[in-house]
Amino acid sequence: MYLSTIDQPHAADGTPRPPRRRAMLLLSGNVFALGAVSLITDISSAMVTAVLPVYLVLGLHLSPTVYGLVDGTYTGATALLRLVGGYIADRARRRKFVAGIGYGLSAVAKLGLLAVGNSVGGLGAVIAIDRTGKGLRTAPRDALITLSTPPQLYGRAFGVHRMMDTIGAFIGPLVALGILAATAQAYDAVFVASFCIAAFGVLMLVLFVRDHRDEQPSKGAVQPSALRGLLRIAPVRRLVLAAGLAGMVTIGDGFVYLLLQRREGLSIGWFPLLAVGTNLSYLLLATPMGVLADKIGRLKVVLGGYTALVLVYLLLFGPFGGLPLLVVVLALYGLFYASTDGVLMALAGPVLPTALRTSGLALIQTGQALSYLLSSILFGLAWALWGPASATRIAAGLVAVAVFAVALLLRGIPATGSREGAGSTAEEPA
Amino acid sequence: MTRRVLVAVLGALLLTTVAVGYGAFAVTREPSSAAAATSQLSLTGGPRILFRSTAPDSLGHLAVVAKDHPDGPRSVSTLTCLRVYAGGGTGTCLRQDGALSTFQIAILDQGLKVRKAIPLVGVPNRTRVSADGRMAAWTVFVAGDAYNHGRFSTRAGLIDLKNEETVDSLEFLSVTLDGRPYTAADLNFWGITFAADDNRFYATMSTAGHRYLVEGDIAAKTVRTIAQNVECPSLSPDGTRIAFKSAINGNPAKGWRLSVLDLASGTRIQLAETRSVDDQPAWLSPTTIGYAISRGTDDADIWTVPANGAGTPQILIPHAESPAALN
Repeated sequence: MYLSTIDQPHAADGTPRPPRRRAMLLLSGNVFALGAVSLITDISSAMVTAVLPVYLVLGLHLSPTVYGLVDGTYTGATALLRLVGGYIADRARRRKFVAGIGYGLSAVAKLGLLAVGNSVGGLGAVIAIDRTGKGLRTAPRDALITLSTPPQLYGRAFGVHRMMDTIGAFIGPLVALGILAATAQAYDAVFVASFCIAAFGVLMLVLFVRDHRDEQPSKGAVQPSALRGLLRIAPVRRLVLAAGLAGMVTIGDGFVYLLLQRREGLSIGWFPLLAVGTNLSYLLLATPMGVLADKIGRLKVVLGGYTALVLVYLLLFGPFGGLPLLVVVLALYGLFYASTDGVLMALAGPVLPTALRTSGLALIQTGQALSYLLSSILFGLAWALWGPASATRIAAGLVAVAVFAVALLLRGIPATGSREGAGSTAEEPA
Repeated sequence: MTRRVLVAVLGALLLTTVAVGYGAFAVTREPSSAAAATSQLSLTGGPRILFRSTAPDSLGHLAVVAKDHPDGPRSVSTLTCLRVYAGGGTGTCLRQDGALSTFQIAILDQGLKVRKAIPLVGVPNRTRVSADGRMAAWTVFVAGDAYNHGRFSTRAGLIDLKNEETVDSLEFLSVTLDGRPYTAADLNFWGITFAADDNRFYATMSTAGHRYLVEGDIAAKTVRTIAQNVECPSLSPDGTRIAFKSAINGNPAKGWRLSVLDLASGTRIQLAETRSVDDQPAWLSPTTIGYAISRGTDDADIWTVPANGAGTPQILIPHAESPAALN
């Protein structure tokens, strides 16, 4: 396995070094430290996600309507905060610090769940704090990954990071169920344990993640005007456009799973397992696709990922069904995530000036998140107007168009070091 | 490096101690076995109120009090449930299925023995039985229908206990909204209540941010909307009125108000309870509505209010929820 082959820190400062040995070894300790922090934090947050419905409905006697209300209210606000956080991280050149604040806020929110009891306003505030934490930490973390990795290995670095992240999401619900079983359904014990795990994640960040404050940006490089200037850099503008366009044509996991369930008449108990299947495929493919992206070009892999998405949408109302359909659709859906999520960040990395990297990543992520929000609403409308089968086929057509549009938009994006990064022993995609 | 590892190990030890210590405290905190539980309760034999106890010494246990002496001694069953209801000698008990978080609806006979158990996926929230005990319904909340970005959605189902015919989820019925056929991805149903003919039922349907009262026909597999902003309906024993909660100004963020709708005339009367009530009301008599008001985590009281909008709310049974009238 990859992780066991790591025996010493390497090239942590971003100096490109031609790979002679297994390219995996070139990933810096910082990438693994960030991966470990994400893994631990995801265990913590997945624990809460797993028990929150039960806690709200059975423990506090709240309608989930209430949760939905507060949840929806803050989505827009945290998108904006992500941009602000990215800017501050660049401005102060303190990416680790801003990421740490983000991880810390989410940790504190776990204890907040206990403190606010069944106060609706309190729960809203706690959920907002948790969301703020997630919004703040994502871009600085991804920026640190790029700053700790030679450009030709970005794909691999993000692949390994996303794999570790998803492993945490797998473990979390199991830990929560274990605690519930051991304590005779004490939700508060789950929240306390979740806080402790999240706090350990922050401790790991503080102790083992190194910030990159060494490169001094030129005077005035990080100004509000420079931020606007970011969009004047043609490749950056095109990346933001492409990310927004791609987000706009994806219809959302919930719809895909709902359609699979209806198509196959699956008993409702299968529903959560559909997401597990996708995650499993994502987890297994994230690193190989990252490696492949470094080898053959990141844009190709991203476009391949969206092609997998076209197939998923077509198969939802395609000619064959049954277990093969489920396996193929979930595998392709995981492949889509493995080929786009981290790889898009790897693609963006070399384009963004180092001094503004966090802001740039935040900009791309925000554009994608907002367009994704809009696409769900539009797909809901299309479903009501034309029915699910037509709506899904239209979505497939739109993704296909988007593949071409993204290919055109990103045609000239410099793929730094993609040739050098092609280690001879690089893993093949599964 | 070694110093960092040492700090990490110490931190891990400290945090593990806190987590495990709190878990141990949580286990010893509440003895949940009822002191004087008995298995001798019956759903028939005189006017009483069945409910779920939230008192510390009988938390979660089914219990019964005499209708004319609700403050008198409660008989506590050995059976534990999360929500309960009963009608016509049939009871329903939504409860945990095994140690992990899966759930079931247990159908109880008049001696509170489990006749049948149907697995439920999602967190159980509402249950009702028809007046003659033939039909049973449930509502669960599901987290995972992420067409709303991870918000919860609901599924309501029902079973005809005579022929075992089941509707897994009302969203599979054909929907008519304001007189027109309607399909949407975001249909959610909750809070079923049965009419006396054991074929018609009422429930809440939500779509596109609106909540409707629907009338359903089990044989025809249809539902149609008949009013707006009506949630958790409960049909009166004579079948003429519906007690419900409605979002204040149509906005659930402002809380819910208990009201009664006259089906023939369409008039609505707000009840004297002015607190926000997040529960499916229950007709404890032809003139009285019962409902739970939460006291915080794991505790609630059952209150009553006259069904005609007059009077004032009265506490009926402290440390209790999920009331059902037994006749």
